[in-house]
Amino acid sequence: MTVVPPLTDEKRRAAQKHIETIRFETPFHPRIAALMQTNDWYDWAGYKSANTLWAEELEYFAIRAQSALFDISPMVKYRIEGPDAEAFCNRLTLRDVSKLRPGRVHYTAWCDDSGHVLDDGTLFRLADTRFRLCCQERHLPWLLDGALGFDVAVTEETEEIAGLALQGPTSCALLKAAGFDGIETMKPFDIRDFGHESGSVTVSRTGFTGDLGYELFIDTPLALSLWDRLWTAGELYGIRAIGNAALNQARIEAGLIVANIDFITTDHALRADRVRMPDETGLGWMVDLKKGHFNGRRAIEDARRNNSIRHVLVGLEIEGNVPADHAIVYHRKKREAGVITSAAWSPTAKRNLAIASLERPYGDTITEDLWVEIYALHELRYTKLMKRATIVPRPFVKLPRRTATPPADC
Amino acid sequence: MKRWDAVVIGAGHNGLVNACYLQRAGLDVLVVEKNDWIGGAAVSRELTPGFTYSNCSYVCSLFRPEIMRDLELPRYGLQVIPYEGGAVFTQDGDYLAAYHDPHAHRREIARFSARDAEAYERYARDVTRQCRFIQPLLMRTAPDPASFRPRDLSELVYLGRKFAGMSAEELQLTVRFWTMSISDFLDEYFETDVLKAYLAVSGIIGTALGPMSPGTAYVLLHHYMGEVDGAVGAWGFARGGMGSITRALADSLRASGGTIRTEAEVDHVLIRNGKAEGVVLAGGEEIRAARVISNADVKRTFLKFVDEKELPEPFVKSVRNFKIRGSSGKVNIALDSMPQFPALPEDSPCLQGDMHFTDSIERMERAYDDWKAGRWSADPMIDMVIPTTLDPTMAAPGKHFMSCFSQYCPPQVEGRDWTDADRDAFAETVISQIADYSPGFRDRIVHMEVRTPREIEAEVGLTEGNIFQGELTFDQLLFNRPVPGYAQYRSPVDGLYICGSSTHPGGGVMGAPGRNAAAEILRDASKSTRHVSPAYDVI
Ligand SMILES: Cc1cc2nc3c(=O)[nH]c(=O)nc-3n(C[C@H](O)[C@H](O)[C@H](O)COP(=O)(O)OP(=O)(O)OC[C@H]3O[C@@H](n4cnc5c(N)ncnc54)[C@H](O)[C@@H]3O)c2cc1C
Repeated sequence: MTVVPPLTDEKRRAAQKHIETIRFETPFHPRIAALMQTNDWYDWAGYKSANTLWAEELEYFAIRAQSALFDISPMVKYRIEGPDAEAFCNRLTLRDVSKLRPGRVHYTAWCDDSGHVLDDGTLFRLADTRFRLCCQERHLPWLLDGALGFDVAVTEETEEIAGLALQGPTSCALLKAAGFDGIETMKPFDIRDFGHESGSVTVSRTGFTGDLGYELFIDTPLALSLWDRLWTAGELYGIRAIGNAALNQARIEAGLIVANIDFITTDHALRADRVRMPDETGLGWMVDLKKGHFNGRRAIEDARRNNSIRHVLVGLEIEGNVPADHAIVYHRKKREAGVITSAAWSPTAKRNLAIASLERPYGDTITEDLWVEIYALHELRYTKLMKRATIVPRPFVKLPRRTATPPADC
Repeated sequence: MKRWDAVVIGAGHNGLVNACYLQRAGLDVLVVEKNDWIGGAAVSRELTPGFTYSNCSYVCSLFRPEIMRDLELPRYGLQVIPYEGGAVFTQDGDYLAAYHDPHAHRREIARFSARDAEAYERYARDVTRQCRFIQPLLMRTAPDPASFRPRDLSELVYLGRKFAGMSAEELQLTVRFWTMSISDFLDEYFETDVLKAYLAVSGIIGTALGPMSPGTAYVLLHHYMGEVDGAVGAWGFARGGMGSITRALADSLRASGGTIRTEAEVDHVLIRNGKAEGVVLAGGEEIRAARVISNADVKRTFLKFVDEKELPEPFVKSVRNFKIRGSSGKVNIALDSMPQFPALPEDSPCLQGDMHFTDSIERMERAYDDWKAGRWSADPMIDMVIPTTLDPTMAAPGKHFMSCFSQYCPPQVEGRDWTDADRDAFAETVISQIADYSPGFRDRIVHMEVRTPREIEAEVGLTEGNIFQGELTFDQLLFNRPVPGYAQYRSPVDGLYICGSSTHPGGGVMGAPGRNAAAEILRDASKSTRHVSPAYDVI
């Protein structure tokens, strides 16, 4: 393990000025600000990010009908590099990293020693001995401590690498038109480098929408020219910049969870009972007991053996059309069974969807007769609704184009 | 001759809180205060025209909001303004700031260490978890573990349940917290010395221990478990100075019919047949009362106000052994203009927060070494605030009040009493340290009040000048505060109670000791405690 070098005195002093802009601007900010009509910004991990740019509903349809461009630069990124990088990542995360070939990325999660989830994220194998971990929360001390004894260097590189998500049915054609030759041969979770100006852009066929889509990572100095390249080519493909609100609808349709929204990460849990094991957050499928030791393994195995897993994360379909954000879930309209963590009306499925955390046995052995209590506030009067909820598999919306290779019109 | 229902010795904030609750419950209460001003260590006096000082305590966080509400203190002028954070100046001309915004705070730490920047979250989580555990204990009388009374048993069960509800990890952390040194504790999270030096201050303030002494991790918690309007761990300025807290309490007391007499120093407690019947003032005047409540510290109360023969021998011994070592001094300064700190950017929010100059744990520990040798620190640890940056009422526009709390300052100088020359030399260590970072600082000084443990003891009556009326080490907390067997505000003398910071849950401008004591007194008097609201839920 190498120690993170401290800044030079000069750099340290120059960095004092950060306090003048408490919400940092991402590398794409000039372009997004120029398109921003609603002035609806929000704080994403200390960055000024667009919640909507012009209208949430219309932005949503850019994802499902055209190409939507979304700035993911605030995602936290770590570079993990060295001869032991694979072994380290295997020890850190739940899935078997030896099965992750260079040029592939997988969705994974990592736990502390008590088996509670620290975060979920994507692990990119950029080369045999080089990885990038992308996630919501910050983990540098955890990663550095875990790297003791491994010949590997861990570096935080959130600010050095800018990121864009390009999602939607025309995204492949758009990229092709923008000169990303051979993009159509990329399969889901493939990674490939393409030339861009003096450098290169790393493209993965991934996304947070359940749609056909790509994520592009580039050195910050080249960020704006990458945006311009996509924007120019995108004119014919209906490219639109979108904000978080629309993306959130799409991700709920895709049944994807968000750390600290659908579950509380261990480092954030002020209440000790709020921490969750992978089996409690719908991530149990990641746990690979065929591989060697990894953080939290023993605790996860013990919990499974002792049947002491207390919660379960489920997808729900709810009667009617009123989104049930943070509603209480009941069994037989009486006994509290859990809480809804995310909810949305699905324009694509025309169904009322939710993700919920239930306390066992609800959602486990008792799956029938579930209800949610929705308080709908309209013109200062609550309408109290008790609506039937049915457990359904996630993703709620499954689009063949997400996985088709080559994509249809490419 | 009038016989009061209760006489309270001392108009410190706890004495006043206690008196307010008793008066509101229908007792006829008299508070006697030796000084010609009230407030004890929560006091604001104008010592030079145009400048109001917070002479002793200077920042507020611990004062319980339940008490503010019960006693209607906002109505009597109390307002607490939260402040940003602060900074430590480093010797190389830079600084490390503490910012309110978590991301700004992370970026600030990242200037020194990328690792520590991301370690802060877990540190804050662990400290917050511990505070959440302790907070509900503040507003409850500590159970007597040797008693089988139903209330003690149920309180023990309450405590037991709280422990039982903890995960193994949390329990481990709790025990570590109660026993570790702040330096060792911080080492588990951070590598940057200046960051540790900033955070360690809360572990040593008012404490006769160094950052490397076991037990200081708990002292840090004690400073974190307060809040400003629900923001746990936040600190603020009381608008108008800390004295506005005791002024509001006094007004609330008078409004409900209570009486305060200043310049009425108690010489001793009147005891007949083992029962307290009033007090005798220094001039010989007798004041009769059905019960006597002392706001003075436990040593003053039982070794000065009460004849030893009235007390059981083991009790006297425990009181004698109670640790109440003075370790702090203070310099209050009136400035005719805002001091400049070239290291900080202009308009830095740090100027409104607490500023320090001790940029390593080692310097802090050396400052403590001086104290052990019976000297004030040559290189003192200073906690400096300029409340007038946020509070326009304490000085005229453009003028400022600066409060410099200094750790360490011994109760005696190399075994002898303080002299005026010693006091001035102590002040010089503070002034010269500030002047090193603030050119022209001396020229701005209009007036200065210097307080060593000698002045603090003489004026406030805090034995040895200990700011908390007794060390906040774990052997002197909870059911052991002040001494085992007498943690429930009662004493071996019938009708004699104590309600100051010597009692559970301890020092700081918190009000909880005064309130909890009132609840016990009302129970003994078979009076309703309905005016004493329960602690807010920690959910
Ligand atoms: C320099 C200094 C700085 C501090 N800074 C802070 C801070 O920033 N924040 C914070 O929360 N806490 C701070 N503290 C601690 C806090 O101020 C005290 O713990 C708290 O004010 C004590 O209150 P009390 O009511 O328990 O006792 P006291 O304030 O000590 O009140 C006792 C009262 O009894 C009176 N008395 C004593 N003897 C007699 C007698 N014989 N007859 C009649 N009356 C008598 C005294 O004059 C006094 O008014 C500080 C303390 C000091 C000294």
